[in-house]
Amino acid sequence: MAWLARRALHGLVLLFGVSVLSFVLVSLAPGDFFADMRLNPRISEATLRALRARHGLDRPLPERYALWMASVARGELGYSFAYDSPVAPLLWPRLRNTLLLTGTATAIAWALAVPIGVWWSTRRSAAVRHGLSALTALLLAIPDILLGLGLLLLAVRTGWFPAGGMTGIGHEGMSTLARAGDIAWHLALPAGALVLGILPVLVRHVRASVAGVAEAPFVRAARAHGLPEWRIQLGHVLPAAANPLISLFGLSVATLLSTSLLIEVVMSWPGLGPLLLEALLARDFHLVLGLVLASTLLLLGGSLLADLMLLAADPRIRAEQT
Amino acid sequence: MPRLLEVRDLAVHYESGAGAPVAAARGVTLDVEAGEAVGLLGESGCGKTTLLLALLGLLPPSARVVAGEVRFRGRDLLAMGPSEMRRLRGAEIAIVFQDPALALNPVRRVGAQVAEVARAHRDQGARRCREDAVAMLAEVGFAEPARIAQAYPHELSGGQRQRVVIAQALVCRPALLLADEPTASLDSTAQAELRALLGVLQRRLGLAILMASHDLGALSALSRRLLVMYAGAIVEEGTPAQVLGDPLHPYTRGLSRAYPRPVTIPGARASPLAPIPGAPPDLSRPAPGCAFEPRCAQRQAVCIERVPAAVQPAEGRHVRCVLYD
Amino acid sequence: MTEAPLLRARGLTKRYHRRRASPGTRAVDALVGVDLTLARGATIALVGQSGSGKSTLARCLARLEQPTSGAIDFDGADVSALGGTRLRAFRRQVQLVLQDAAAALSPRLRAAEIVGEPLEILAQGTRAERRRRALELMETVGLPPTLADRRPLELSGGQRQRLSLARALAVQPRLLILDEAFTGLDASIQAQMAALLQDLRRQRNLTYLLVSHDLALMSVLADEVAIMFEGRIVERQEATRLFMAPEHAHTRALVAAVPPLPPAPEAVEGGPAAR
Repeated sequence: MAWLARRALHGLVLLFGVSVLSFVLVSLAPGDFFADMRLNPRISEATLRALRARHGLDRPLPERYALWMASVARGELGYSFAYDSPVAPLLWPRLRNTLLLTGTATAIAWALAVPIGVWWSTRRSAAVRHGLSALTALLLAIPDILLGLGLLLLAVRTGWFPAGGMTGIGHEGMSTLARAGDIAWHLALPAGALVLGILPVLVRHVRASVAGVAEAPFVRAARAHGLPEWRIQLGHVLPAAANPLISLFGLSVATLLSTSLLIEVVMSWPGLGPLLLEALLARDFHLVLGLVLASTLLLLGGSLLADLMLLAADPRIRAEQT
Repeated sequence: MPRLLEVRDLAVHYESGAGAPVAAARGVTLDVEAGEAVGLLGESGCGKTTLLLALLGLLPPSARVVAGEVRFRGRDLLAMGPSEMRRLRGAEIAIVFQDPALALNPVRRVGAQVAEVARAHRDQGARRCREDAVAMLAEVGFAEPARIAQAYPHELSGGQRQRVVIAQALVCRPALLLADEPTASLDSTAQAELRALLGVLQRRLGLAILMASHDLGALSALSRRLLVMYAGAIVEEGTPAQVLGDPLHPYTRGLSRAYPRPVTIPGARASPLAPIPGAPPDLSRPAPGCAFEPRCAQRQAVCIERVPAAVQPAEGRHVRCVLYD
Repeated sequence: MTEAPLLRARGLTKRYHRRRASPGTRAVDALVGVDLTLARGATIALVGQSGSGKSTLARCLARLEQPTSGAIDFDGADVSALGGTRLRAFRRQVQLVLQDAAAALSPRLRAAEIVGEPLEILAQGTRAERRRRALELMETVGLPPTLADRRPLELSGGQRQRLSLARALAVQPRLLILDEAFTGLDASIQAQMAALLQDLRRQRNLTYLLVSHDLALMSVLADEVAIMFEGRIVERQEATRLFMAPEHAHTRALVAAVPPLPPAPEAVEGGPAAR
């Protein structure tokens, strides 16, 4: 469809813009990969200059950008000094792990938020409503890093969950099912931290959206026709409340992605996060850029998914766009 | 044989934030016979919507029935439990509201919305319900009912949406149709179509209609009897010709004179629209006497002392006014 | 003796383009070659069904929209292509009152502030003077000063409509365009508004363009009625003759759609012991 082509084009333009902006920003930061070597008295200035020249670090900015873009086009995404390898192969497994973590957290968070939000919106007792309000506010106020650390503490004290990593010892030797179980067991805490962090926001929005629709004239009309209550909730209230929630879904992907970078570092989940931290500290230029691009790609994917869902859910938007 | 609908002395109160409850309906008494069309004439705030909602148990939580009786085919509606009431709604008594654009779910096809009413009340499969829906859409005047069934509400015009809403209401062949300002959001040709449609359906289906409106044209064309409502009470009853041409109650007289009557006979003078002075009363502070008294050109000293009782000065004519006591 | 008309529109067309990727890309012609003349001090009604183009015409005349082609003369001067300060000056002469006052009035402002807003925008007078003028205008339209600090949602539909009217009058316009301003109001409120408009016309020498789908009401309120159908004016007649001798087929259809009412009862004055 023309719409899809347009969105793809927008996405490409966005990626391009991000690449330029990140490139410039990172270049402006003082120092480079070899800067720390200066502290070593056995490496001379001349050696450093030669190293820099060999990796093209002394060329002007636009030329470096063009070289990097060429490398991206070749599929290598630049060269990592620290790992002495093209960036791409370093990236993909990490990307996959982050996707696993973020995807699982998104699914669980929404699977919990919708029923809780709907249930909350039907409560008439002021005590229940205020209680839930206070609870979500409390959860919202706790910083994500604290949630992650708290869960780690739980893991260490009780031993119910592993305290980090994605796989246990002897992972390679397990059967496929056991391997999946092993990963799931390791996934539980990081995903749990992400879910707890974003759940209050989602629940509140679900409740507000559903409560807004519950007063709508067509819901009253459905009740007036004698439809059973469950039919009204599922068939009328939820679909109509879906629009703002779908937009929120797109935003939740972005939020979860950035939070996951943090949680991955805290809980030692081998995703993009720890690699990004390493690369930043080492000033591994191209690796940092490659990671930024990878994150942007995930973001665009989430946003595209949300737009597709909106098209599917609301015929009015379909009519506008096509 | 009990009448189809009997309402006796119905009173409904709304909780207002500021203390005193608002008496939205006060001592309403009316009857509807099987197959009869009855009109309820009144302006905004007179309580006609509250009355219709109260009949079907659809009042919002801030409102409650404080007195009176409602009997439908002899059964007490006010004492009915929620699931029995739910079975009654749509199957025996149906209601259509004012704005059809709002009464339809925007993200679902209209055919499905008609079919689901059938599904809720009839013990038959989904396919039969869809067929019933298409048949009903044909009955409300769509020339291509199958195509319309696939449409979404925003693809239809205002008049078409109103017909869909009526199809929803009548697909289970209820005995009584309540209508709250059905013509209000339509333009004049759509209004004329709707009036014609309701007349046809009434005759064909033997449908009783209780229609609340301030559209005098619709009411006088369709109703066999017309009730006039003011400040929550019925103040006059008669045939449309009687009520509009030879009104008893001063409010009815003033209201009838406020409607535009174009000049259709050469030489006749166009009568200007005659307003009724003043404004409708504040129902949270009901006066001890007649609610219309402050605006009445024929008021008397006794009017502020008590609410006049309903009297019957002639066959089929009722009025609440001291002029006829 | 004929005075120059207050407003003359010639050959107005308005085409909306719908961006559609699928075949059947069509432009919608909301107005097709419309000519309209408004005499000073007259009340002209524009009657049509939804989609006839009447609201589009009203908006073009008020210069809220730019016609695709055609000319509009106001008081002898061409206003079709105004911009900047001259457009603002034009806006003070022609005001538009819309149907749904609840949507046209800012829910956060209070009544007196809403009426005073045009004065504030034109930087007329001090705050105290503007408030005084606003209260005067409110009284003119029949709103007591006790309502001055109410918000629009705390007023009734008829009161909101009057407030819209007061706001429109604040800049002392010559032409008032009322687009479905009566629709949805109760009959007794319509009658009150009609009386108000007549008083205002006399007091302030106004010209009215009433846009509506209600032919019966318009034929009673207006001097002349123009019927719109599919973007064209198909008939224009004196209001009193319209129901007796409609010419165009569409006019006849509209006349047929008006249900007959029994004749109006006589007024009764006073009674024994009336106060």
